[in-house]
Amino acid sequence: MADAVFLALTVITIGSAIAALELRSLIYGSIALMGTLGGIAGFFFLLDAPFVALFQLAVYVGSIAVLILFTVMLVKRELIFKKIEDKRRKFAGIGLMLVVMVSLGAVFLDSGIKTITTDEPSVNFRDIGIDFVTYYWPALILMGLILAGSVTGALVLAKREDVENDQRTS
Amino acid sequence: MTSELVDFTLVSVALLGIGIYGLAVKRNFIRMLFAVEIIINAANLNLVAFGRFLPHSGGQTLALFSIAIAAAEVAVGLSLIIVAYRMYQNVDIADFRSLKG
Repeated sequence: MADAVFLALTVITIGSAIAALELRSLIYGSIALMGTLGGIAGFFFLLDAPFVALFQLAVYVGSIAVLILFTVMLVKRELIFKKIEDKRRKFAGIGLMLVVMVSLGAVFLDSGIKTITTDEPSVNFRDIGIDFVTYYWPALILMGLILAGSVTGALVLAKREDVENDQRTS
Repeated sequence: MTSELVDFTLVSVALLGIGIYGLAVKRNFIRMLFAVEIIINAANLNLVAFGRFLPHSGGQTLALFSIAIAAAEVAVGLSLIIVAYRMYQNVDIADFRSLKG
C-alpha cells in the first residue's frame, strides 16, 4: 500500500518539477512548482515526519509559492509567455542532467545504503523541540536574525526611489 | 513502511538532475529561481530520509533550519528580480550583463 502511495508521489513530484521548468506560461509553471513542493511534503509524511511536512506546507506551499505567483504577476504579459533558450544549450543541459542522474544513481545503488532498513520507531517531535532549545539555541537565534535581516533587506531593495513627490502623501 | 532509504535517495537524485538542467538551460531569472527551489527541496528530502533511517532527530532539525533559510533566500531573490526588472524591463539574464562590476 505504501509503495503505491510512494509511486504516485514520485510521479507527481518529478512530473510537476519538469512541468515547472518547461511549461510555456510562468503562472502555470509556478502552480506546477506548488505541486512539487506539496509532493515533497507528502514524502515527509511517508517518512514519519509530520512536523516537518506541515512546516513545509505552511512555508513553501503557503507563502513562498504565493510570493512567486505575485512576482510573476508583476512582470509584463508578453514576458510571462516568452520562452528564452536555444536548442544547442538545451541538448547540452539534458546531457548534463542525464550524466548527473546516472552517475549519482549508480553510486547510490552500488553503495551500502541499499541494505539500510529500520524497524525502530520514528523520532518524536518533542525531541526536535528539545533539540531546538538546548543544543541548537544559538543557531535558532541566528536564524531569527537572518530572517529579520533578509526581509528588511528585501523591503529596502524593492522600495521605489524614483518617486520623489508622491501625490498620495501630500 | 515498505519504502527503503535508497528509493528516497533516487527521487532526490532525480530532482537534483532536473534542477541542474533548469539552471544550465533556462535564461529566465524566475525559472532559475524555480530550479534552485527544486534543488533545495531535494536536499531537504535527503536530510529527512537519512534522519528517519538512522534514526536521529538531527535530520529533521536541520531540515527545518534549511526550510527557514530558503524562505529568506526566496524573499531576497524575488526582490532582486523586481529591482532588475524595473531597471531593464526584462527578466532575461543575458540583459543583466551590465550589472557586473
